[in-house]
Amino acid sequence: MTATELDLEAATSEGDLLLEVEDVTKYFPVRTNALIERSHASVKAVDGVSLALRVGETLGVVGESGCGKSTLARLIAALHPVTSGKIRFKGQEITKLDRRHMRPLRRSIQMVFQDPYGSLNPRRRVGSILSDPFTVHTQMSRAEVREQVRDLMARVGLSSEHYNRFPAEFSGGQRQRIGIARALALRPDLIICDEPVSALDVSIQAQIINLLEDLQDEFMLTYIFIAHDLSVVRHVSDRIAVMYLGKIVETGPVEEIYSRARHPYTASLLSAVPVADRAFKGERKTRVILSGDVPSPQNPPSGCRFHPRCPKAQAICATEEPLLEQKAGDPAGHLTACHFPVEEGEPLAMASREAVVATAPIDGAQEQP
Amino acid sequence: MSLLEVRDLRVSFDTDDGTVYAVQGMSFSVEPGQTLGIVGESGSGKSVATQAIMGLTPGATITGEAKLEGVDLLAMSERELEAIRGSQVSLIFQDPLTSLHPLYRVGHQIAEAMRVHSQVTKAQAEDRAIDLLGQVGIPEPARRVRDYPHQFSGGMRQRVMIAMALALEPKLIIADEPTTALDVTVQAQILELLARMQRDYQTAVILITHDLGVVADVADEVVIMYAGRPMERAGVEAAFVEPHHPYTQGLLQSIPSYSGRTGKLRPIKGYPPSLMRQINECPFASRCPYVHDECRVAPPPLKPVGTKPGHLSACVLPADRVGLSAAAPEGAAAGAGAAEQ
Ligand SMILES: Nc1ncnc2c1ncn2[C@@H]1O[C@H](COP(=O)(O)OP(=O)(O)OP(=O)(O)O)[C@@H](O)[C@H]1O
Ligand SMILES: Nc1ncnc2c1ncn2[C@@H]1O[C@H](COP(=O)(O)OP(=O)(O)OP(=O)(O)O)[C@@H](O)[C@H]1O
Ligand code: SF4
Ligand SMILES: [Mg+2]
Ligand SMILES: [Mg+2]
Repeated sequence: MTATELDLEAATSEGDLLLEVEDVTKYFPVRTNALIERSHASVKAVDGVSLALRVGETLGVVGESGCGKSTLARLIAALHPVTSGKIRFKGQEITKLDRRHMRPLRRSIQMVFQDPYGSLNPRRRVGSILSDPFTVHTQMSRAEVREQVRDLMARVGLSSEHYNRFPAEFSGGQRQRIGIARALALRPDLIICDEPVSALDVSIQAQIINLLEDLQDEFMLTYIFIAHDLSVVRHVSDRIAVMYLGKIVETGPVEEIYSRARHPYTASLLSAVPVADRAFKGERKTRVILSGDVPSPQNPPSGCRFHPRCPKAQAICATEEPLLEQKAGDPAGHLTACHFPVEEGEPLAMASREAVVATAPIDGAQEQP
Repeated sequence: MSLLEVRDLRVSFDTDDGTVYAVQGMSFSVEPGQTLGIVGESGSGKSVATQAIMGLTPGATITGEAKLEGVDLLAMSERELEAIRGSQVSLIFQDPLTSLHPLYRVGHQIAEAMRVHSQVTKAQAEDRAIDLLGQVGIPEPARRVRDYPHQFSGGMRQRVMIAMALALEPKLIIADEPTTALDVTVQAQILELLARMQRDYQTAVILITHDLGVVADVADEVVIMYAGRPMERAGVEAAFVEPHHPYTQGLLQSIPSYSGRTGKLRPIKGYPPSLMRQINECPFASRCPYVHDECRVAPPPLKPVGTKPGHLSACVLPADRVGLSAAAPEGAAAGAGAAEQ
C-alpha cells in the first residue's frame, strides 16, 4: 500500500475523498555564493509528504518552526509549484493546471495566512479588501456585496466601525480576523488555516473556533489546521499529522496521538506545552527539552532526521530511514516513522535529560529544570 | 525606584470616522529583573500602550506619564527616544515581517542595529549576529545571516527579531507576542534565554501574550486588559487561582482545556464596546453576568481584592469574592451579551 492509501484508512468518517497529496516535495534553491559558484544546494522544505482528507474532516498539522508546514499549505493551495509529486483535489490533479482552470480552484481552496499583515494591502480599506472575493467571483450588486461584507465582519467579531479603516489601524488579532473573514467569504470546500488563532485572545479564539466548527457542520467544510498551540489543535482536529524537517513522522486520530504518541519527537513536543490551569495545582510536567544542534533542511541528518536529538536513537537510526508505517499494537491509521517507537508509560523525559548532558546542548538548554 | 513607571496613560487616534480611544487610563510599573505579563482582549490596547511610551505610534495623542529610571519618556524628543530604543529598551514586535526590511539580509539588519548604538566594528557586529541567531535556535546561522526575510519561516523571522532585541543587552525588553509563531520546544528555549538575560543582567521584561500558559510559567505579575483599561492586576498565582474580575474569569474559562475535548468552547458572550467614545461605565458591563446599577455609574477604579497584597481589580463586586468557583455557571451571561448588539 502507498502511504496515501495507508493514511486514507485513517480518514475518520466515510465521506468522499476531497484531497490526496502523494509524495510531494518542495525544494527551494539556495545560492551560496551567487557570483563564484553556481551551487545546486537546496532547502528541502517539504520532502515526500503524503496525506489524504475526506470531506468534512479537520486535519491538524503540528511540528517545529521551519519544518515545512506553511510550505505544504502553500503547495496545496497551489500558491507554489511542487518540485515533484501529485496533489489531487476532488479527483482532479491540480499540480499542473493552467491559469484558466486554476480559477475555480482558487475559489474552492482558501487559505488563512500566518502573517495577516503581509497578506493585506496596506493602502486599501478593509471593507474594500473584503469585497474583492464577491466582485471577482460573483455578480452581486454593490449593495449586496456591502451587505455580505458587513455580515462577514460581524461573524468574526468585527463591527461596522471598522469598515473604513486601513489594515495598519487594526490590532494584530483584528487583522487576523480580517484574514479569516476573507477566507470564509465564498464558502470554499477546503480552508487551510495557518496559525489562524494564535494572535487572538482566548475568548475570541474560542469564538472563532466555534464559528469554524459551526460552518463545518453547516457546509461540510474541510479544514487543514496548522497551529503551535497543541490544546487548540487537539480541540479542533479529527486527525493529526506531526511534521519534522519536511516529513510527516507520525499521524493518526487525535486522541490516539495525544494519549499514545509513539514517535519520540511527538512525545517531547507534547511534554513541552505550558498549561495555564495546571501550573498552580502542582501538576507541572517534566519538560523534555530537545538538545543537540537544530538540524537544517538544507543538510538533513542521515537516516531518521530526528536521530541527532532523539533520546532513544541507536546506531541504525543514523543509517536507515524509518518508514511511516503502522506499528504493532496500533490501530489502523496510526502511522509512525521510527525504529524504536515509544512504549506506553515509557519515561522519555529521563532518557532525554541524560541526552541533554551527553550531547552538546543548544545554548541555555542545559539549565532546564 | 521602579525601572519603568507608567501612570494614567491615555492614547487616542484621529481617523476619518472619528477618534479611537485605544488606551483609556493605564498604570503599571516594572522592577529590574522582573517579568510583567500583559494579557487581555484582542484590540484592548496592549500593543498601542507599549508602543506609545516608546514613541512608536505616529499621529497618536498621548497623555500621562512613563518614567524610565525617573525620566519621563513622554516628554522626550524623538532623538532622545531613538537613543533609548535599542540601547536601553528593546522592542520585539508582534508582526515580524513588517518590522524587518524586506530588501536587506537579516544579518546586516541585526549588525546595523548594533552599530547604531555601540562602538563595534562591522566584523564584530556580524560575528555577534551569527552568535545571536544560533542562540535563538536558527540552524546554520553562519549561512542564514546572508538570507533575506522572505526566505525564513514565520517562526524564524520572529526569532530574528528576538536576536535583534537581545543584541544590546537592554535594561528592559518589551516583547509583544514573542513566541506566538513558535512551536513549544523553541518557545521553551526562547523563554529560557530571556530568563537567563534576566538573571545575568537584571533585565526587566514586559511580555504581551495571549498564551496564558506562557504567562503562568514565566510572569511575576500580570495585568489583564480590556477595552483600553486594566481590569485586574495581580501576582501571577493570584491572577490564575483567585481571579476577581468577571472578565478575567471569563477569559480563563475560554481556554480549550477547561471545556474538555468534546464540549464546545465557552467564549465570553457578546462583543467589546466601541472605542470610538470614551467609556464612562464599567467597560465590561454589557457582557458581564453580574452587572448591576452601581457598575453603570463610572468605570470602577482598581481596588485591593482577594488575599494577596498587590492584587487589584476594577470591579465593584465584594473584594473577597475571588476564584473561578465564584464565577457564573455556563449561560448566565447570555442575556447580557445580547444587550450590546
Ligand atoms: N521562499 C523561500 N526561499 C527559500 N527558503 C524558504 C522559502 N520559504 C520557506 N523556506 C524555508 O523552508 C523551510 C520551511 O519553511 P516553512 O515556512 O514551511 O516552515 P513552517 O513549518 O511554516 O515554520 P513556522 O512554524 O516557523 O511558520 C524553512 O527552512 C524556510 O527557511
Ligand atoms: N493607527 C491606528 N489608528 C486607529 N486605530 C488604531 C490604530 N492602531 C490601533 N488602533 C486601534 O486601537 C486598539 C488597540 O490596538 P492594539 O494594537 O493596542 O491592540 P492589542 O491589545 O495589541 O490587540 P492584539 O492582541 O489583537 O494585538 C484597537 O482597537 C485598534 O483597532
Ligand atoms: S463592575 Fe459590574 S459590570 Fe463590571 S465586571 Fe464588575 S460586576 Fe461586571
Ligand atoms: Mg509557517
Ligand atoms: Mg497587539
